[in-house]
Amino acid sequence: MAQISYVPLGNRMTSRLGRLLENVSQLPPCRWSLGVLRRLGFTGRTAVIAVPWIWLMLFFLVPFLIVLKISFADTRLGVPPYTPLFEWGQAGYIQFKMNLANYLFILKESLYFEAFLSSLKVAAVSTIFCLLLGYPMAYGIARSSASWRNTLLLLIILPFWTSFLVRVYAWIGLLRNNGLINNVLMGLHIIDEPIVMMQTDFAMYIGIVYSYLPFMILPLYSNLEKHDNTLLEAAVDLGATPFKAFLKVTLPLSIPGVVAGSMLVFIPAVGEFVIPRLLGGTDSLMIGRVLWDEFFLNRNWPMASAVAIALLLVLVIPIMVFQRFQEQESGAGSQK
Amino acid sequence: MAARPEVRREPWKDPQAQAYIRIENVTKKFGEFVAVTDVSLSIYRGEIFCLLGGSGCGKTTLLRMLAGFEAPTSGRIFIDGQDMAGVPPYKRPVNMMFQSYALFPHMTVEQNVAFGLKQDGVPKAEITERVQSMLSMVKLEQFIKRKPHQLSGGQRQRVALARSLIKRPKLLLLDEPLGALDKKLREHTQFELVNIQEKLGVTFVVVTHDQEEAMTLASRIGVMNHGRIVQVGTPHEIYEFPSTRFVSEFIGNVNMFEGRILADEPDHVTIASGELGAPIYIGHGVSTAPDATVWAAVRPEKVMITRDEPVAPLGVPHAMLSQSGGAQFNTAQGVIKEIAYMGDTSIYIVQLDSGKQIRVTQPNTHRHADSPLTWEERVWISWHESSAVVVTE
Repeated sequence: MAQISYVPLGNRMTSRLGRLLENVSQLPPCRWSLGVLRRLGFTGRTAVIAVPWIWLMLFFLVPFLIVLKISFADTRLGVPPYTPLFEWGQAGYIQFKMNLANYLFILKESLYFEAFLSSLKVAAVSTIFCLLLGYPMAYGIARSSASWRNTLLLLIILPFWTSFLVRVYAWIGLLRNNGLINNVLMGLHIIDEPIVMMQTDFAMYIGIVYSYLPFMILPLYSNLEKHDNTLLEAAVDLGATPFKAFLKVTLPLSIPGVVAGSMLVFIPAVGEFVIPRLLGGTDSLMIGRVLWDEFFLNRNWPMASAVAIALLLVLVIPIMVFQRFQEQESGAGSQK
Repeated sequence: MAARPEVRREPWKDPQAQAYIRIENVTKKFGEFVAVTDVSLSIYRGEIFCLLGGSGCGKTTLLRMLAGFEAPTSGRIFIDGQDMAGVPPYKRPVNMMFQSYALFPHMTVEQNVAFGLKQDGVPKAEITERVQSMLSMVKLEQFIKRKPHQLSGGQRQRVALARSLIKRPKLLLLDEPLGALDKKLREHTQFELVNIQEKLGVTFVVVTHDQEEAMTLASRIGVMNHGRIVQVGTPHEIYEFPSTRFVSEFIGNVNMFEGRILADEPDHVTIASGELGAPIYIGHGVSTAPDATVWAAVRPEKVMITRDEPVAPLGVPHAMLSQSGGAQFNTAQGVIKEIAYMGDTSIYIVQLDSGKQIRVTQPNTHRHADSPLTWEERVWISWHESSAVVVTE
């Protein structure tokens, strides 16, 4: 059995108070209750872990269970706008009504399937663009001198100091028909009439890639920055050109960073709602938007909850992939 | 170990011999910091040349310039007669074994060793065969599918060696090759390195801060200090005839007596030294300005420690003998302050009457000494006229 070695009952305490506490803890009632706690597996370590654990329980698991419960309910007029899952029946027994119609509807109705598909597509394309832009940037930062590195990292993080919405609206100002870009191009007589960029997929991708780029760069940077430069020297020494050394050494070793960054972009991008709504066309079909419409236009909470749960299921798979790679990376880190 | 007597080759003594590596007045600056200052060096084919020095003396920078990772600020480097200026590392006939081994963590032992051959586009069948034979030479055949992190330090070191030798380089650079190994493994690996070097006929340039490693491996040693080569010579020359105080103090232990030259004859020198309390008589001439401050360096194992006043050797001028017939030079009285029993030898720290502490090493030739020397005992120390060397700053 592990010793309890944290304050207040630490065995390494030398002060008088500590000795007093130690003596008290030897008294039969204390000893018994401590024994019980220990047998239940309660040690200092579990006490530390308990804090985030309780937090996640209260603010993640419980709301999730509520959403799960609502997804099995039926709509009704009233407050709340859904039927309860459990109900006291007339004869004093508990009535349990589970409505699977919402899930069946998602499977049957092609709108949802298409929305999921197009969300995944948008997220995937955005992730690829983030990777293509982010990898060279992360690589550049990781290879720059130590004094430059912090400045460059700060520049990556700097946009976070402005509200996300303000930044998206700034893009509207740039992209709209009488926005900055069109005005400049027309002023220079390069174009005669404004290029329509707002309310297009182009604007939506710009918005998503711009907003999520830091999430790609930071994990990639933290991976690339750890790379041992002598590995590249060894590769070059053995006859590889610098470019080949990059392909054979840097690239394979940065895969965990690529996966981490891609997941951090892909997962939130699938459920993205604000950017497609503000920058994208009215015809862009994103699952986040469907979710919003179900909640606030149709007031169909059970349907919306079912969509949310389905979205979660779609995302759990990439999250599991992400975790597997993270484990691999931490394993590789400990080998150093 | 370094050079077997029957095949002793000393190309550096042969004026006709062509240097394999010629370093000419090479200087390397990093900004304001001068890492290597005006180094000129010739290294011959088949040598094991050790660059020896403390950390920051520029030895690794010099090695990296040979590998092509750094370009000299001025001066030129020739390998096999070819000027290496502007030749990138991947085109040099040189391979390097890194201090950290720099094994590719995502590749197996086999892939690591095969890497160099793959870059050259060697046919697959030949790669497999050469990797096999190289791995069997370093006795790692059963580990070919392992990743580096599944190997012990000694195994990793052998993978690194195999990887750097697979392309059959004419010149192998080794950066602290044995630094990460424990003492027993290090001794074993030293022998292996020398064997492999002789079998393949590769020229080795080894960087090390460990003087013992340099002594056992090297055919010649270049001692470096503050970016300069201070002395180049065989291990024997470096140990017995150090040219400066730095070299004598860096290699092994030494007792230093500061003094002034009294007489400088062709066959002997006498030095007045307040630190010894008696003149120092050295049986070889030196060429320094008279009255210059010099140091007489005496190795601890060459100092004798006796209870009785030592007798002077024959052939010494009568005027230099004491009334009792004992020697008046190269000798002093003192008190034993420390004794360290090392098993094969014992180390005595003797405080001389002048206040200077010196170190004396004596072999323990007998299992039971009749009356061993003990702490606080008054003793004489002395050495032979050929034992000391004169060194300058």
